[in-house]
Amino acid sequence: MNFELLIQLIVNGLIVGLLYGVIGMCFVLVYKSTQIVNFAQGEFLLVGAWVCWASLIYLELPFFLGFILSLCFMAAFGVLLQMIVLRPMIGEPIISVIMVTIGLSIFFQALMKWIFGVSPQSYPQVFDTQSINIFGLNIEMAYLMSTIIALIIMVAFYLFFKHSKHGLAMRATAFDQQVAQSLGISVKQVFAMSWGIAATVSATAGVVIGMVNGVSDSLSIMGIKVFPAVILGGLDSIVGAIVGGITIGVLENLAEFFDSQYLHIGNMYDIAPFYVLLIILWFKPYGLFGTKDIERI
Amino acid sequence: MSQAAVKIQQASPLLSVNNIEVVYDEVIQVLRGVSLDVPEGEVVTLLGPNGAGKSTTLKAISGLLKTEDGEVTRGDITFMGERIDKKNAEDVVRSGIFQVMEGRRIIEDMTSIENLKLGAYTRNDAQINQDIEMVFHYFPRLKERTGLAGYLSGGEQQMLAIGRALMARPKMICLDEPSMGLSPLLVKEVFGIIEKINKDQGITMLLVEQNANYALKAADYGYIMESGKIVLDGTQEQLLSNEDVKEFYLGGGNEERKSFKNLKSYKRRKRWL
Repeated sequence: MNFELLIQLIVNGLIVGLLYGVIGMCFVLVYKSTQIVNFAQGEFLLVGAWVCWASLIYLELPFFLGFILSLCFMAAFGVLLQMIVLRPMIGEPIISVIMVTIGLSIFFQALMKWIFGVSPQSYPQVFDTQSINIFGLNIEMAYLMSTIIALIIMVAFYLFFKHSKHGLAMRATAFDQQVAQSLGISVKQVFAMSWGIAATVSATAGVVIGMVNGVSDSLSIMGIKVFPAVILGGLDSIVGAIVGGITIGVLENLAEFFDSQYLHIGNMYDIAPFYVLLIILWFKPYGLFGTKDIERI
Repeated sequence: MSQAAVKIQQASPLLSVNNIEVVYDEVIQVLRGVSLDVPEGEVVTLLGPNGAGKSTTLKAISGLLKTEDGEVTRGDITFMGERIDKKNAEDVVRSGIFQVMEGRRIIEDMTSIENLKLGAYTRNDAQINQDIEMVFHYFPRLKERTGLAGYLSGGEQQMLAIGRALMARPKMICLDEPSMGLSPLLVKEVFGIIEKINKDQGITMLLVEQNANYALKAADYGYIMESGKIVLDGTQEQLLSNEDVKEFYLGGGNEERKSFKNLKSYKRRKRWL
């Protein structure tokens, strides 16, 4: 058994898993506050990564400036998307709204191909050193940065939902929209805000992944890959999304390890999470952390 | 009390509902011409049997009707001289009316303090923590309960709901059946606190109740509704001494009445509707 490879893969799994967790959190955020299953989640990553790439290449901005600019763009993008496309859908059957998000997904994938072409592009060199050595493990700088960013985002989410007025308002809206309105909360504003936050945070993940793998269509697949993570954790639990994300990240790397060492089936890395998804839906349809209503006895 | 009665005639009331009709889903008419006045600083109660339209009246005032496909099709509602019947629920809260909905409706997966903070959502000042202490002063037992609000007892949840309303620093609180599902002792406690808040803070209260006994004792003025109309109104003394009110809402009635034979239901039909 190749322990070095195993540990390296587990560490990779943790790092990727944290990113899945972040993307999953965005997914859960939108689902929780607006009850929309957002199939265009992956396109947030794609659009964000392309916008950042364009700002670096065409506008020739320094990386962090371009990064922040594209986050601002994505915040506006998310809010406008909600206001223009999804607000008129409020009160329509859930299946129609889901079809709209699938439509958005196809539209933005095509739009990005039309604007930026089909070939993958890579970001200009951001760090001087490509990778560093921690405890004998080879970790790419971009991965290290992604881990730090993911952790910052998670702490920010926690503080936002625990202490800020708008975070509390979003939780209240998720719990009961009528009650939220009776408290003076504008539900429309909360909806727009949750899409804005989801788009911005997803774009961060998109840029980070783009730095490692290059910007291409495959970013939008992250939106689908995050499904097993979110369903494992329970669709409406933010903590669940993080736990689910890390689990799936580690799991796919373990699957890759056993496949490459023993099974030789091939492509387990991509497939394993969906087997897990299937099994979870059999036994725990609401996921590990799905809503349990408080019942007073 | 008599001073209050005089005040009603003098100044224009804080809230006045003029001949409103409410229709749900564009077909179901629930209110057929309801008018009532709530003078500033007073407790006004709205009594009546199930389905009379009491909650609908409150929701028409607070704007929550629009969240249930209801609409005020006729008449108007003015609050401090401003029409509010076309406003959204969140704008009505900002103009100073806060409704404590029926069944308490606290956010169960949040703590008491988070619920209270949400009550202050429309405020932007820095005195929110002070006001949380103020709420704990009225409801000391909430302070000890630091867990999720969903695990509070019914009475504590009601207290939290009222406390959450106080956090908004409203001019007027509409309470929809605060006594629902509470033990008699708790009902007494909750009503005591409602009266105390009204006296201390000068917050006007509009109280919808089934428990006529307690509601009339707490209120300065009362309206009685039946089938979408106001059928009787009067000051606390007038209503408490009214024979029909005694018979139908307070229990008991004429001293000489001893058997069902003497029930005067027919009389009510003639006189009230």
